Amino acid sequence: MKILDIEKIRADFPILRQSIRGRSLVYLDNAATSQKPRSVIEAIGSYYSEQNANVHRGVHYLSEKATEEVENVRVRVKKFIKAQDHREVIFVRGTTEAINLVAQSYGRAHLQAGDEVMITEMEHHSNIVPWQIVCEEKGARLKVAPIDDAGDLELDLLESLFSKRTRLVALSHISNVLGTINPVKKVIEMAHRYQVPVLIDGAQAVPHMNIDVQDLDCDFYAFSGHKMYGPTGIGVLYGKRGLLEAMPPYQGGGDMIRKVTFEGTEYNDLPYKFEAGTPHIAGIIGLGAAVDYIQGMGLEKIAAHENELLQDATQALQKISGVEIIGKARDRACVLSFVMEGVHPHDVGTIIDQEGVAIRVGHHCAMPLMKRLGVPATARASFAVYNSHEDIQALVHGLRKVREVFGC
Amino acid sequence: MTPLSELYQQVILDHNSHPQNFHKLENADGSAEGYNPLCGDEIHIYLKMEGEKIQDIGFLGSGCAISKASTSIMTASIKGKTKAEAKVIFQKFIKMITSPLEDSSPDPDLGKLSVFKGVREFPTRIKCASLAWHTLQAALENKNKTVTTEEESDPHG
Ligand SMILES: Cc1ncc(COP(=O)(O)O)c(C=O)c1O
Repeated sequence: MKILDIEKIRADFPILRQSIRGRSLVYLDNAATSQKPRSVIEAIGSYYSEQNANVHRGVHYLSEKATEEVENVRVRVKKFIKAQDHREVIFVRGTTEAINLVAQSYGRAHLQAGDEVMITEMEHHSNIVPWQIVCEEKGARLKVAPIDDAGDLELDLLESLFSKRTRLVALSHISNVLGTINPVKKVIEMAHRYQVPVLIDGAQAVPHMNIDVQDLDCDFYAFSGHKMYGPTGIGVLYGKRGLLEAMPPYQGGGDMIRKVTFEGTEYNDLPYKFEAGTPHIAGIIGLGAAVDYIQGMGLEKIAAHENELLQDATQALQKISGVEIIGKARDRACVLSFVMEGVHPHDVGTIIDQEGVAIRVGHHCAMPLMKRLGVPATARASFAVYNSHEDIQALVHGLRKVREVFGC
Repeated sequence: MTPLSELYQQVILDHNSHPQNFHKLENADGSAEGYNPLCGDEIHIYLKMEGEKIQDIGFLGSGCAISKASTSIMTASIKGKTKAEAKVIFQKFIKMITSPLEDSSPDPDLGKLSVFKGVREFPTRIKCASLAWHTLQAALENKNKTVTTEEESDPHG
C-alpha cells in the first residue's frame, strides 16, 4: 500500500509543473524553503482581494473579519503544536526573529556577567549569533556542546557543561546540515534538573514530525512558516505562559500596549505584548492554510514517505564512487549532506542545476559546523512530501554528470 | 558548446587539478587573503615585486574549480607584468565576465584568460572567477586585510 498519493500531492503545487532549462523541476532544496500548495497561495490571494483590513483596530466589518481570521489561526497553531493556551503562540517573522526575541527579552533580563548560555556545535547561525550579541552585551559566555563524528550530540559532554551559571540552553530539533534528530526531550529533562530553561529551534522539525510542546516540556519553541509549505515572513515563537508573562517586551509600538501616556506605558497582555505593530496578516492566514494542508495529509504519513526517500537516496548515493555522506547520526530526517571527492560542492551545484535539479551547496549558515566537520562546504539534498523516487534518480543522474564533467 | 561545457573547459579543469604557481613565496613583499563566504573559497596571494614589476607570484588556498583555475591562470598571466599592466588586464577580465551575453568576443589581450568567458552565463559563479583578481589588487596594495566577494553586495547565508 502506498503511504500517500504523491502524484496527487504534486498536483497541489503549481510550481512543480514548471520546467527549468527544458527539464521538469526537481526541487531538493526544501530545507532552505519548501514550495507552496495552491491552498496556501489562494488563502493569501483571497485575503488581499476580499478581506484586506487591519486587525485589532477597526470596528468595521472587514477589520473584524481579519482579526477573527488571525486569532483563528493562532488557535489552529496552538492545536498543531499542542500548546496549552493560544496566548502562548506569538507571531513573528520566522525562526530567526523568534530566537532574537528570546535572546533580547529573556536573555537581557536574566543574563549577568559570568553567566552562561549553552548551544551546540551543529547550530544554524540564527541560533548562535543572537546569543553572542546578548552575551557580549552582558559579559556572559557561550558554551558549545560538542557532536561526535557521526553527527550525534555527545550527551555526557553536554551534561558536563552545566554549571551554576547556566541560564539557558538553545538547540535545534533537527540539524539543517546533518539531518540529525536531536534527543531534545532528554536534553530538556536534563536541563530542567539544573533548573535551566530550553529553547528549541524547530525550523527543520515542524514540517517533518509531530510536535507536542507540552510533552517535550520545552520552554520555547521557534519555527518558520516558509519551511512548512507556508509563506515567507511569518513564523511562530511558542513560549510557556509563565515565562512569557514575566518577560519584558521585545519591540514597542501599536498593539502591544494597553495604555500610553508620556509618563509611561502599560503593556498589553499575551500574546500582543510581543506583537508590536501591524502583523503580517496575509502571512498568518497563509500559515493557517499550511497547517491545514499538513494536517490533511498527516505528519506520520509525511514522515514515513520522507523516510523512504532518505533511505533510497542514501543507498543510491553510496553507490556513486567518490561520494561521501556527511552526517550518519542514529536518527535522521529528510536532509542528506554530501561531498564528492575532487569536486567542490559549488561545482556540483552548478552542474546538477543544469540538469534541472535544485540542491543547496555551501556552508548552510552553519560555518562553525563546517569547521568541525573539516569541510569548507557541503552539497545538500533535502526532501519534502512532494518529492518522488524519480527526483532521487534525477539527483543520481546529475551526480554522474558531475563525474563525467570532471573526468573522475 | 553547451553553457556547461563552456564553463568547465578542459583548460579550467586542468588548472583546477594542477594549479600553477601553487606555493607560498617565502620572501614576499606583498600578500593578501581573499574569501568568498558564499561557497567558502579561500585564497592567499603572495607577491615579489621588483620596482613596479611583479617579479614572482604564488598562491595557496582551497575553493571550487572556477576560483582555483582562475587564480592559477591569473598568476601565470600577470607574472612579469607591471602593476599598471596587471590593472588593465584586471579591468578587461572583469568586463568580460560581467558583460551581457550578446556582447562580442573577449578582448584579444586577455589571451588564455578568455576561457572564463562562459562564466557570464552563470551569475552565481562570477564571484568565484573574480576573487583572485580582487585579492591580487589587495596584495599589490599590500593591504593586510581579507577581501571578500561580499563587499559590494548583500551577503546571504
Ligand atoms: C535549523 C535552522 N534554524 C533556523 C533557521 C532560520 O530560519 P529563518 O531564516 O526562516 O528565520 C533555519 C533556516 O534556514 C534552519 O534551518
